[in-house]
Amino acid sequence: MTPSPSAPPPPSTLQVLDIEGKARGTVPEIPPEDLIRLFRHMLRMRVLDQRMLSLQRQGRIGFYGTATGQEAAVTGSAYALRPTDWVFPALREMGVSLWRGTTIREIVCQLIGNRGDVLIGRQMPCHFSDRKVLTVAWSSVIGTQLPQAMGAAWAARILKHDTVCMGYLGDGASSSSDFHAAANFAGVYRLPVVFFCQNNQWAISVPLKLQTASESIAVKAVAYGFPGVRVDGNDVLAVIDATRAAVDRARRGEGPTLVEAVTFRMGGHSSSDDPTRYREADEVREWERRDPLQRFRSYLEGRGLLRAEEEPGWTQELNDEIGAAIQEAEALPPPGIETMFDDVYKEVPPHLEEQRRYALAMGEGQKVEGAFPL
Amino acid sequence: MPQMTMVQALQDALRVALRDDPTVVVLGEDVGRNGGVFRVTEGLQAEFGSERVADTPLSENGIVGGAIGMALYGLRPVAEIQFVDFIYPAFDQIVSELAKMRWRSAGQYSCPVVVRAPYGGGIKGGLYHSQSPEAYFCHTAGLKVVIPSTPSDAKGLLLASLAGEDPVIFLEPKRLYRTLKEDVPEGRHTVPLSMARVARAGEQCTVLAYGAMVPVSVEAASSAAERGWSVEVVDLRTLVPLDSETVLESARKTGRVVIVHEAPRTCGFGAELAALVAERAITALQAPILRVTGYDTPFPYTLEHSYLPDAPRVLRAIEHVMAY
Ligand SMILES: Cc1ncc(C[n+]2csc(CCOP(=O)(O)OP(=O)(O)O)c2C)c(N)n1
Ligand SMILES: [Mg+2]
Repeated sequence: MTPSPSAPPPPSTLQVLDIEGKARGTVPEIPPEDLIRLFRHMLRMRVLDQRMLSLQRQGRIGFYGTATGQEAAVTGSAYALRPTDWVFPALREMGVSLWRGTTIREIVCQLIGNRGDVLIGRQMPCHFSDRKVLTVAWSSVIGTQLPQAMGAAWAARILKHDTVCMGYLGDGASSSSDFHAAANFAGVYRLPVVFFCQNNQWAISVPLKLQTASESIAVKAVAYGFPGVRVDGNDVLAVIDATRAAVDRARRGEGPTLVEAVTFRMGGHSSSDDPTRYREADEVREWERRDPLQRFRSYLEGRGLLRAEEEPGWTQELNDEIGAAIQEAEALPPPGIETMFDDVYKEVPPHLEEQRRYALAMGEGQKVEGAFPL
Repeated sequence: MPQMTMVQALQDALRVALRDDPTVVVLGEDVGRNGGVFRVTEGLQAEFGSERVADTPLSENGIVGGAIGMALYGLRPVAEIQFVDFIYPAFDQIVSELAKMRWRSAGQYSCPVVVRAPYGGGIKGGLYHSQSPEAYFCHTAGLKVVIPSTPSDAKGLLLASLAGEDPVIFLEPKRLYRTLKEDVPEGRHTVPLSMARVARAGEQCTVLAYGAMVPVSVEAASSAAERGWSVEVVDLRTLVPLDSETVLESARKTGRVVIVHEAPRTCGFGAELAALVAERAITALQAPILRVTGYDTPFPYTLEHSYLPDAPRVLRAIEHVMAY
């Protein structure tokens, strides 16, 4: 990216661990048992993503988008929140729900869209939402969750709650008009919201340099009158440090922050995407060296908190849990046709009752075979 | 009972809601200190504070997206769009988000947002201050679409919208904002949604109308009466979910149906009404169903009165169906 001469310098990128996993900066205060929980959660995401992608390859679920390479950004940002804080996720933040207490079984049911799915098959895979853990149902429409996060933060302020709202976005979403609207309102009203951007360098096949001429995404915050910080998104400790500061600031009533976590989408955009069409293997190899899991593993081993022989057991446990979840989920029937007509409105109006009766009389339609193209 | 214009009645409704329910908030451009460009929110900020009656930046997607977030969190926001012609930046938030939140979360989350917007022509507003886009919203599952035609209904329907759990697109016929004063019940006066009103009873022909086309249709019905024709005017009040009972009952009784709206004809709400009557009551009909509508052109400035249906045009349609 060639910076234009008039552009302000990019805010420096926060890092705690270098790519070897050596602590270079001040290590944020985190109890050792939490460090292990964080690591195990990142591992959980990695293994779940692999298993679900292969489930998709076998044609057992319709679509999947991995967060592989982004586990530190997801987990670290989730860790910085309280359970009472609200989360407005985008595509790659299923791990946030998982961190906050959604089970693997619930996730697998959502991916299949069966009767056990919290969303009863209403949304395509990876559009998870769980009221129990205050993650809000997102649509596929990029950026739309951001004004909503802003509005929820506004409501929390009006109701004098100390809730913080977290709006996640990708680098692509930073170009949306909704990002602009949300940031602008949040700045004007100094709302308790954190915009957490997972800059994974790509929006499907469009690289960051075609997304913005800005030197960073974080710098955009300046125009809205609040701080933007750029953090190494593959360094879970740096992510926690930056997000905590942003969340605390919001909770103190000092207004929003934009956190840009610089990371990389190691896989395709989704199960339907072939990234070799548009990006070089060298770039991917370069980011493999910065793998967030490996980096954190080295750090924990260095501190004597993790022994190499422990991990295979954890992976095995995870695989067993996922295997059992798949088995249970695949045994569940699809939602009944009658469910389609609920929740359009609070009460089902007569015209929908009528359509429900008709749909039930018509019975099941023809199934569509094949994969989703995007 | 106090006499009020529609503007006063709407303001009264908002005041009652703000007073009774601490979760009600009002947001929009110029709604605070200035009281809204049509003065619907006049005095509310002074009475309830700038937190509950908030001026926003000029950004409709921010207003509606923000209102969605507020509603998710537990407030009952009333979002004002200054003119419905400027609602399109928020169209995505309305259609993709507001309308679908309850369904896509399988009932985990709901969005009781009322989006208020003045609509329609007849005030020399030109292309971008005159349009009637109700059909876009009627086509979207999950939204309720409400359009009052009298001060008393405006108050009652707005309070009913605010008391419900579903998002409502509340379109106000700005041309009627100050044309008529009538008795409006004080306090918490509500008019249930999805209940049409017979604005004028009649036996031989039904005119289906809403918003600013109701008085136009009533005027046409009066002229028709001079010719000895008994015309019923049904004011739909809520387009979605529609009170199809009242519509069909009237159509079956009179056997002749004329539909009036100022929105363009093609795929206008009149097409839906015509299909409904044709599907359910065709054997009772003695004449084709006719529509009197705006044209399939952009809304003209100088020629707005040629564009808008008026009483003579409605009367022509009545004449036509009466000739069968
Ligand atoms: C408004 C909108 N336009 C286009 C798309 C299709 N689409 C889905 S994801 C995506 C790229 C998103 O990129 P980014 O925000 O960086 O998130 P990432 O996928 O990298 O996590 C696009 C173009 C969409 N879902 N919504
Ligand atoms: Mg991206």
